[in-house]
Amino acid sequence: MQSNDFIGDLWRLLTLADYNTRIVLFGAAILGFGAGIMGCFMMLRRRAMISDVVSHAALPGIVAAFIIMAGWPSGGKFLPLLLLGALISGLLGMGCVHVIKTYSHIKEDAALGIVLSVFFGLGVALLGIVQQMHVGSAAGLETFIYGKTASMLAADAWLMAGAAAVVVLICALFFKEFRLLCFDPEFAKSQGWPVHGLDILLTALVVLVTVIGLQAVGLILMIALLIIPPAAARFWTDRLVVMVMVSALIGAMGAVMGASVSALYPKLPAGAMIVIACSIIFAFSFMLGPRRGLIHGMVSQAALSNRIARQHLMRAIYECMEASSPERLEPYGKPALVSLHQLTASRGWSDRKVKELLHAAARDGEVEIEGWPMLRFTPEGLKHARTIVRNHRLWEWYMITHADVAPSHVDRNADEIEHVLGAAMVAELENSYAISSQSGGFPDSPHRLDIPMAETTTDKS
Amino acid sequence: MIWTEIDTWIVLTGVVTSMSCALIGNFLVVRRMSLMGDAISHAVLPGLAAAFILGGTRHPMPMFAGAVVAGLSTAFLTEWIHRKGRVEESSAMGVVFTTLFALGLILIVRAADTVDLDPSCVLYGSIELSPLDTLSVAGYDVPRSFVIGAGVLLLNAVLITLFYKELKISSFDPEAATAMGISARGMYYLVMALVAITTVASFESVGSILVIAMLIVPGASAHFMGVRLGSVIFWSLVIAALSAGGGHLAAITVPTWFGFPDTSTAGSMAVVSGLLFAGCFFFAPQRGVLTRWFAHRALKRRIVREDVLGSLYRWQEANPEPAPGPDMGVLHTRVGHSVVKLRHAVTALRKRKLIKAGTDLDIALTSDGVEKAGNIIRDHRLWEQYLHSKVKLPADHVHSTSEQLEHVTDPSIRKKLEKELEGARVDPHGRNIPQ
Repeated sequence: MQSNDFIGDLWRLLTLADYNTRIVLFGAAILGFGAGIMGCFMMLRRRAMISDVVSHAALPGIVAAFIIMAGWPSGGKFLPLLLLGALISGLLGMGCVHVIKTYSHIKEDAALGIVLSVFFGLGVALLGIVQQMHVGSAAGLETFIYGKTASMLAADAWLMAGAAAVVVLICALFFKEFRLLCFDPEFAKSQGWPVHGLDILLTALVVLVTVIGLQAVGLILMIALLIIPPAAARFWTDRLVVMVMVSALIGAMGAVMGASVSALYPKLPAGAMIVIACSIIFAFSFMLGPRRGLIHGMVSQAALSNRIARQHLMRAIYECMEASSPERLEPYGKPALVSLHQLTASRGWSDRKVKELLHAAARDGEVEIEGWPMLRFTPEGLKHARTIVRNHRLWEWYMITHADVAPSHVDRNADEIEHVLGAAMVAELENSYAISSQSGGFPDSPHRLDIPMAETTTDKS
Repeated sequence: MIWTEIDTWIVLTGVVTSMSCALIGNFLVVRRMSLMGDAISHAVLPGLAAAFILGGTRHPMPMFAGAVVAGLSTAFLTEWIHRKGRVEESSAMGVVFTTLFALGLILIVRAADTVDLDPSCVLYGSIELSPLDTLSVAGYDVPRSFVIGAGVLLLNAVLITLFYKELKISSFDPEAATAMGISARGMYYLVMALVAITTVASFESVGSILVIAMLIVPGASAHFMGVRLGSVIFWSLVIAALSAGGGHLAAITVPTWFGFPDTSTAGSMAVVSGLLFAGCFFFAPQRGVLTRWFAHRALKRRIVREDVLGSLYRWQEANPEPAPGPDMGVLHTRVGHSVVKLRHAVTALRKRKLIKAGTDLDIALTSDGVEKAGNIIRDHRLWEQYLHSKVKLPADHVHSTSEQLEHVTDPSIRKKLEKELEGARVDPHGRNIPQ
């Protein structure tokens, strides 16, 4: 019976059958969308916590506006005026932060904390007075702190849509300016851009979004909507345009998910559920994001260390060949055989590790195993190994001649850098080697004698 | 206004609570982590809720345990997301604390049937009701929140005294602390744990917002009063206590002016602490914004006065009496400051009887004025001689530097200059140095 009810509820939710559900989902989505856009710029400007301060600092304005209106003959609450009060006191709070930061040695974090707590304290004190007034109902003011997502009205939703439209419009118009402001404010200043004005515009937009969202979703949720979606979007892309879009999408998605769950389970508060939905998307992005995600990081780390190990292997085989049968190094005919023991001795690797690396190399067709423990390069493998060894030695040579590193120390440094040399760098190194050595040939190892000569085996084939 | 025993207990509870917050809050402020106080005070909510649900009581021990776990996880998760995901630190903090707070709200709402915990009580606190819930200590009825607040204040004081050196070094210079073998991370988490404990202890009496106010505002205000950490901590405690006392007083008096009985004590305490901050910001000796502005203006005026005196001395030197002194226009061309400033300076000098009372067409020094101006000119020419003979500046380059140095030369510097120059009697331009 109960499961039937549940499926019925789910069906009604998915088909947006209820007018109320439609309003709530639409309003939450549009708010998440606008906040997601604004949050990006605030995060990149390193001002993420400003939304926290603004939303706390708005309270005294709201309550003061209520008190003023209570004196009017008509009484009651007039939403636009409450929002105006919130806007004014939010901006006033940001102004105080600016004054404290500019004219004293107090740091920004403390200035934010001071404004947040003192303004909110003032709001609470005013609220204490309102509760003793005999006009109207002060209960509505509490929604600014906890929100009342589930009982959103059509007018609220349209207000949010209007705010979101303003945000989208201004961000589109000033996209280039905001981008420079976020990434290089010093440069923007030197180019004669009104950095201060742009900052004020950005802050004003955040205050607008925050104030509009406050009464619908509450204080903490508003902060979450401005902070979590951009932080999650950052894991998916390095481009600002894409990030802004992804963030807006995540904000909208989280809001819809949270509001839906709360519509299905009325006991769960919608505001909190939206935060949790956003956090789940954040956790998901943190794990799987292709840019800075945890799993991506681990995979690329593993790929890099595999590549480095392979290059070490190739060079080790090449150097063993060089030591035992230098005449067979030229890329004609079959390359000489090398034994496993030579390899393990030359790099200090364990047998198991060398075998693993060799199997991987054999799969890629770079090495042929001619019955353990003998192996040889394939012609392609030899060619590849020559490139690797050449890069390594070019770098060693560069370090000795230009960076004054002792020959006994260059191997280590070269080991670290050779794997990340780009083509242009190699060409440049080759060029300068050719000029200085006047031969242009294949560079010798600067410390040939270090290469172990033990267990030399002769070519049997 | 009627002051009763209840009011005394409210103030005492407020004082111990806000002092314990201010004590540990100082370390948040110097570490530039003020907003971590905000984050932790929101994020302990799920810890509290879990302790309630699991324990089913409001016994303080499980509450503290839950809060410390939640507070430390906030600090830890923030650091982890910041490091592993390269998310900017304040964003990481925002993600963590809003999530934990939402989790706490859901837990509370789910458990509302079984547990008596009201989110608005967490937000605003109910210090007004605290004297009603008493414990018996040594035969006296003492409010429970006072006992808890005093206990946490003691805990903070003991731990901060024990680890004072370590906390100080690791707050200002974590690398140096690590190099000295102090665990900077350990100290970081010690601060975070104490913040969490203090926050929870204060919730019940004053609510989360006042906690943030008391963690940060006294510590920040104290930075206008002192420089060394010890004196900053002392001043922060004074400001915290004043905020608590003044806050309650304001809560029961200010609303009566407008015809209301009273308002929230917690909110008023935050407002009073804000006013105290504003007072320190503008008027603190030496570091206040207005104080510095006045000091700067006084210095600028003294410089104009000294320039006028010096100029008059040179005039007399060039035109021996009874020639008339310069008028305001001549003074302006010779000294360079604006006429308004000069007029101000001349008036001030007349008041001090350094300039003869007369018209502005004949400005001349009195005998006191001659002595004072002689000292200024002496400093000026000593500096010129010093810069020329010791620093080896060419004679035509020494004037402007000496012009600045003459205003900041005190007797001890003058004595040193005289010793260096061994009784030089003329400046590099051949003019006499007044003795």
